[in-house]
This record gives sequence, C-alpha cells and structure tokens, in this order.
Amino acid sequence: MSKISVREVRYSYAGAPGPALAGVSLDLPERAISVLFGPAGGGKSTLLRLINRLNDLVEGTSRSGQVLLDGEDIYAPGVDVTALRRRVGMVFALPLPLPGTIRENVVYGPRLAGLRDRGRLEEITERSLRQGALWEEVKDRLDASAFSLSGGQQQRLCIARSLSLEPEVLLLDEPTSGLDPISTAKVEESLFTLKQSYTIVIVPHSVQQAARIADRAAFLLAGELVEVGDQVFTSPRDKRTEDYITGRFG
Amino acid sequence: MNARLAVQRLGFLLLGLAALVVVVPILVVVAGIVVRGIGAVSWEFLSAMPRAGMKEGGILPAIVGTLLLTLGTAVVAVPVGVGGAVYLSEYARDTAFTRAIRLAMVNLAGIPSIVYGLFGLGMFVLFLRFGTSILAGSLTLAIMTLPVVISTTEEALRAVPTEFRTVSASLGGTRWQGIRKVVLPQALPGIITGVILGLLRAAGETAPILFTVAAFYLPRLPHSPLDQTMALPYHLYVISTQVPGMPAEVQNGTAFVLLALVLLLNFVAAWIRSHFRRRRPW
Repeated sequence: MSKISVREVRYSYAGAPGPALAGVSLDLPERAISVLFGPAGGGKSTLLRLINRLNDLVEGTSRSGQVLLDGEDIYAPGVDVTALRRRVGMVFALPLPLPGTIRENVVYGPRLAGLRDRGRLEEITERSLRQGALWEEVKDRLDASAFSLSGGQQQRLCIARSLSLEPEVLLLDEPTSGLDPISTAKVEESLFTLKQSYTIVIVPHSVQQAARIADRAAFLLAGELVEVGDQVFTSPRDKRTEDYITGRFG
Repeated sequence: MNARLAVQRLGFLLLGLAALVVVVPILVVVAGIVVRGIGAVSWEFLSAMPRAGMKEGGILPAIVGTLLLTLGTAVVAVPVGVGGAVYLSEYARDTAFTRAIRLAMVNLAGIPSIVYGLFGLGMFVLFLRFGTSILAGSLTLAIMTLPVVISTTEEALRAVPTEFRTVSASLGGTRWQGIRKVVLPQALPGIITGVILGLLRAAGETAPILFTVAAFYLPRLPHSPLDQTMALPYHLYVISTQVPGMPAEVQNGTAFVLLALVLLLNFVAAWIRSHFRRRRPW
C-alpha cells in the first residue's frame, strides 16, 4: 500500500506566472526511497514541502487537490500541523544546525513535544546519531557547538535531528548538494539503512544520484509529472524523460 | 595619472575632515565636563542630600530619582515594546492595520519630547489622577521610548534568517516555540542594545519629566511610586538657570555625574553587543 498519495494537486505562488504544480497525482510506497527529479523550477521542492505542510509558512499561495498520508487528507480541517510534522520529517539542502550544542540539536524536536526525561533524551540522542551515521565521530563531544562540525557532519546532524522524532516519512530536499563526494556517499549509505524502517522521499541533486538510490522515481517538468515508475532510468517511456536522463537538456 | 591621485588625496582629506567635525564637538564637550566636573565629585556629593538651597551637600535624590525613573521606564517599555515588535515581525501580515501601526511608530519617534511631557501631564497626572509622580513620569518616558525599542527589536528579529523558523517548524515546533527557543535568543543582543539606547535617551531627557514627576527641590528619597522625585537632567537645568549664585562646581559636578551615568550605560550596551556577536553562528 502506498504511504503517501498525491491526488490532482495544483499549487501556485503569489505573483508567479504559472502554477508550480499543474495537477500532479502520485503514489509513494512505504519503506522505500522515492525520488522526485527533474530540472530546476519543475515543482520538486514544492511537492516535497506540501507533504509536511511547510508551505503553510509561505503567504499568498493557492492549492487544490489532496495529499493523503495513510489514506487521510493532511489538509483536512482540524489536522494538527505540528503533529503531522513530527510524523513527516524534513532535511534541507543547506545544513542548518540550530544555535547550541550537538546534543541540543538532536533533542530539539522531542523537547518541543514535551519530553523531559533525561534518560530517554540520552537514548534518543545516541539512536538518532547512529542512524544519521554520525555517532562514532561525535560521541565524545556531544556538548560541543553544532557549528564546530564540518559541512558534511552538519548535514548528517540535521538528518539525525529529523530522525529523533521517529517520523514515519523522511523528506530530503537535495540533502547532498553542498557536500563533497565522500560525505555524499555517507549520507546515501545511511539512506539505504533508513529505508528499512522509514518512507523516504528525496529530491536528489543529480540524475546520477537519482539513479543510484531510487526504488521509485518520478520525473517532474514544469509542474507536470511526466513519468513515474521503476522503468524511468532503464527504459523511459516518455521522450522528454529520455532526453533529460541522457543529458540532452537540463 | 598624477591628477587622479591628487583628486583622490583631496577626497580623503575632505572625508577625514568631515569625520573630524563630528568627533571634535563631542570630545570638547566630554573633556570640558570631565575636567571641570570631576573635582566636584566626592563621596559626599554622591551620597548626601542637597543643603542650603542646593548650593551645598550632594545630589543623591537626583541620582536615585533618575535611576528609579529609568527602571520604571524599562519595566513598562521593555515588555510592551518587545512584545509589540514580536507581533509585528513574526505574526502580523501586511495589512492596513499593521501599516497604520508602523506609520504611528515613525511619527511617535519624531514628536518633540516636550509634547510627550504635556501628554503625560494631561493623561497620567490629571486624567488618570496619578499626580506628579514617579509612576506618571515613568509612563511618559516609556511612551517616548517605545518607538525606539520596537523598531530596534523588529530589526534584530528580522536579522535572524527565516530558515531557522522553517527548521523549527519542520521539527514539529509551533510558531511561538520557534520564536522563543530559536529566534529570540539570537536576536537578544540586538534587542538589549536597542533597549539600552532607548533607556539612555529616557534617562537624559528633561522635558517629559518637567510636568510629570520632577521636583524642584526635594531633599529626601521618594517613598512610593506615587511620590515626586528629583532627577538629574531637571536638577541640572534648575541649578544652571533657576537659582542665582549657584557655585559652578555643583553645576559641573552634576553634569559630570549625568554624563558618566549615560556613558557607562552606553559602554555596557557596546560590550553586550560585541560579546554576543562573537557567539552568533552566522
């Protein structure tokens, strides 16, 4: 069964000439890596941010259609948005630690949710950092400033921070765009481990990365879903998909 | 080639002179007051009541009065100002209502301080029947200080990158949690600086306290917020212009104490700013 269903979603920003999403429908499977890829301006990030309602923070947008999580419309009236965001975590393109220590960053979400128990917070810190493939590097300096970490470590810290809430879905928006190849490989490795327990939706930073990690791929072009499936990289059905993945444009 | 160099030198010279013109009067005023006033300052001057028609003794009630008024101003202006700024910068959308608030603030900042004094007299002293009191004076000074506190706080809040709010929201934080845990701590140095600068102005003002709190000659400490008090700026005005035969050293000493108080707060503001800025991550 699909974890996330996007049904006929149209979305536009104030002042933009055309819609960012022009009627997109898409099913994303549970415990797998789904990849949303395509050239810039295709609506990938918009779609990603619709899944945990982060786009609510943007003023002057309009939306129609539904986004279903476990079959329930997350835009239905009365939905607790903060609870939704605890279920659907997000990692951004640029690693952005919050001011404070490594430990404080990891437990930020659980603390906001009201967790005070020190022992539990300790457990969460270790588990999340292990899942983010950062534990071995920072276990002796959890109380150091998060800004003392390298860029790649900061990004893995941000992944760990999202995982601290044990979300069901993890959204990643070009999480490796600012990282060197070694750090990128580490992040991708941890994604392979994570998909055993999490539903992962990622906007990759290159077609190569998309092909490397995708269980299911969706090609978005100018707000339209051109093609989706397991065949995208091996035998694309649409000419535009083929042109894009073979590097003829984009 | 040489002509261009000459023009550049001339330009530097003129700009340097302009900078000097700004600095010289300040140095002259400060140096003048320090040189002439420091001799008059003694422990008795700081800790005793004025005697013999203010010509002898100390200025303790004026110092205490100014400190109390500044404190009273802070108690009112800081929560209201910071709260208003948080609302304007973090919650309010751009509507006719918020535009009207901003317009009001710009205008408030431009109103002459004597007008605040008269407003305080009409509103707090007479209408609300607080009488000539520390309460009325503090409220008047607070209203005068609010625009400064609000606009500097708003600026400090806007300087915190939006992404921090997004990250906090993405981790299940409410808007208020993001503000309290992430935005406000980072904006704090800017807010504190703005608050201190606003309070400095309040501490040195004469006109707003003229009709609302200041006592001409009251050689005792105030008993309650509804009491009158002497205050340094007004005391300085009084002994400089209203009392014939006032010894110059009392005048200079009072000016020195007021200046020292204000400069001290200024240094505190500068220290806080630089101390926190080093800890800021971006």
